[in-house]
Amino acid sequence: MSVERRKFLKLAGLTALGLAGGASPRALTDDSSTIDTTAATPEGPSGPLTAKRWAMVVDVKKCQEHGRCDDCKVACHLVHNVPDFGNPKDEIKWIWKESFEHAFYDQENEHLPEELKHTETPVLCNHCDNPPCVRVCPTQATWKREQDGIVMMDWHRCIGCRYCVVACPYGSRSFNWRDPRPHIMKTQLDFPTRMRGVVEKCTFCEERLVRGELPACVTACKAGALVFGDLEDPDSEVRKLLAERFSIRRKPGLGTQPEVYYLV
Amino acid sequence: MHNGGKIIIGLIIFLILITFPIWYNVANDRAGYSPELEKAVRGDNCIRDSAWMRPYHMDLLNTWRDQVVRQGVRFETGPDGSTYELSLSNTCLSCHENKDKFCDQCHNYLGVDPYCWNCHIVPKEIQP
Repeated sequence: MSVERRKFLKLAGLTALGLAGGASPRALTDDSSTIDTTAATPEGPSGPLTAKRWAMVVDVKKCQEHGRCDDCKVACHLVHNVPDFGNPKDEIKWIWKESFEHAFYDQENEHLPEELKHTETPVLCNHCDNPPCVRVCPTQATWKREQDGIVMMDWHRCIGCRYCVVACPYGSRSFNWRDPRPHIMKTQLDFPTRMRGVVEKCTFCEERLVRGELPACVTACKAGALVFGDLEDPDSEVRKLLAERFSIRRKPGLGTQPEVYYLV
Repeated sequence: MHNGGKIIIGLIIFLILITFPIWYNVANDRAGYSPELEKAVRGDNCIRDSAWMRPYHMDLLNTWRDQVVRQGVRFETGPDGSTYELSLSNTCLSCHENKDKFCDQCHNYLGVDPYCWNCHIVPKEIQP
């Protein structure tokens, strides 16, 4: 009996080996080196927009003079398939309006001009030079692009740990607690949606820049209050505005070096 | 052998049960079934030949994903000299527009469940 069992075990072992060897022909013949990754031709009328350091300047005065409008938010949330759950607890936002005292609580001096106190200013991801969200991300699902400083999101990699949500001092990151698909007003076919359990935020419209278009919020702003450009280029409009007028940034004391400037 | 008869009968029943899917398909005349894919709705030729695509399209899509998201490269010139966007929704599905009759045919047959569609849009499914 014991001899038979030994034989059986030997036979079973050999069979298992044979099965394992036969089951992975794809792993052995996998050859993806035929893919040509060198030649890349951009499309679009004027080619992609490129910069060494993208930055945005928000003219708070112009924004305020135009009255209370949500054009930047509506445009951004439309083109990026951002869902609207209808309650602040689940809210997903890439760009939104915040009161001056909330956006700049550390600069809220007493006896500010009345109009500044009651103004609402657009806030978004600051695409920091020293982004705390990138430091805490365990999967490198968010990272700072070397070529232009955009703090990117890779929704394929995000595992939904929400460290970045906690680390971001500006509240620029939102978590999809629920499946966003049924709550998207009008789905745009050329941009993906997200799934439940990932974090999302503004990406400075990198998918539009590569097509040679300015960010959706900048294009949508009728007041011209949002200016987008290259901070490293001395002749760019953002540099000119920053040189002409006094600007502030949100929570500069934290050392994150935000790249969204506010002209007050 | 103790209870030899019972053991053999049990083994026979076990073998019949475990091979049931085979008998079932033979009985339903589906023994030689292989998935049939819908031809591309438009476009003369694919960016790769279908013999290569069949086993490697998932590797190609993974490479595209890394190129687009991580490296910011969104366009590519294929072996035949044509330039196309590296996009599942905008390139692949612009010709193979029917996911049910193309992607799902093999995926269902093989029992694989890729999660591409959790985020990437199938244009046909969205349009009213």
